[in-house]
Amino acid sequence: MEGELAHIGAGLAAIGSGAAAIGVGTVAGNYLAGALRNPSAAAGQTATLFIGLAFAEALGIFAFLVSLLLMFAV
Amino acid sequence: MAEEKAEGGLVFHPLDQFIVKPLFGDGPVQWYTVTNLTLWMAIALLAIVGVFVLGSRGRAVIPSRLQSIGELMYGFIYKMVEDVTGKDGVKYFPYIMTLFLFILFSNYLALIPMSYSPTSMIAVTAVLGFGVFICVTALGFILNGPKFLGLFWMSDAPAILRPIIAVIEVISYFVRPVSHSIRLAGNIMAGHAVLKVFAGFAALTLVSPVAIFGIVAIYGLEVLVCGIQAYVFTILTCVYLKDALHPSH
Repeated sequence: MEGELAHIGAGLAAIGSGAAAIGVGTVAGNYLAGALRNPSAAAGQTATLFIGLAFAEALGIFAFLVSLLLMFAV
Repeated sequence: MAEEKAEGGLVFHPLDQFIVKPLFGDGPVQWYTVTNLTLWMAIALLAIVGVFVLGSRGRAVIPSRLQSIGELMYGFIYKMVEDVTGKDGVKYFPYIMTLFLFILFSNYLALIPMSYSPTSMIAVTAVLGFGVFICVTALGFILNGPKFLGLFWMSDAPAILRPIIAVIEVISYFVRPVSHSIRLAGNIMAGHAVLKVFAGFAALTLVSPVAIFGIVAIYGLEVLVCGIQAYVFTILTCVYLKDALHPSH
């Protein structure tokens, strides 16, 4: 029974991946919106873009890690 | 998953590829045991040495292919260090270049089928991440003395908020090495696990065309992710280094 509950928890933790997808989409979409308005300033901000993407994505990876732990370590 | 196992005899474990196995014999893994992890790290190092030693041997004015690959990577990282940390960060360029090359090469070598991906091991990335954390913190205190603690004290925030912000800043500072290392390991591990899941579906005749198309698409994505993750790890190292060099924002 506990193992099954852990699997349900793993599935719930996977929702975090979707949340991270929203975050990554927001970052990339806002970057693109800004870049199309002022293309000359876009090149200087790619580093910031990737840092933002990395931070948004890391939280999704944490959710993935939680579900892995629930699947295999609990 | 259990249902499919019953019908189609689908027996695969997407995470089996990350098991560290000894190369010779099957004894327990000690710290000195040569494992598949050690092998692929050694291959990555040899590849780096190969590209850079063979590439820079000619020192041609008009670079050969290998030399231009080396020059491109060198120039790319050098410019990044200079842009993010400023002129005084350039003397830490060798460390950052080493990190970048090791991560980039182990990421890309891991895309060879049947290979092992060293950067998917949290042990490997934690050494890299905590190494950066310890170096940067030590450097901050050596260069700035107690003024380094000003990194946590926002002097332009309202006075009443400053202690609260300081607590948050301290927590976020200590979470840095964890997220720094787990980001890399998690991305690589997730990508390879997804590849394996699609490979498992390819064994079922009904969905195999979709699965094979999926593998090709995910593989393309992984090629992108490998480069981006090496880049992200390196640029975050630069950002942390900048904090150590100029703590007063």
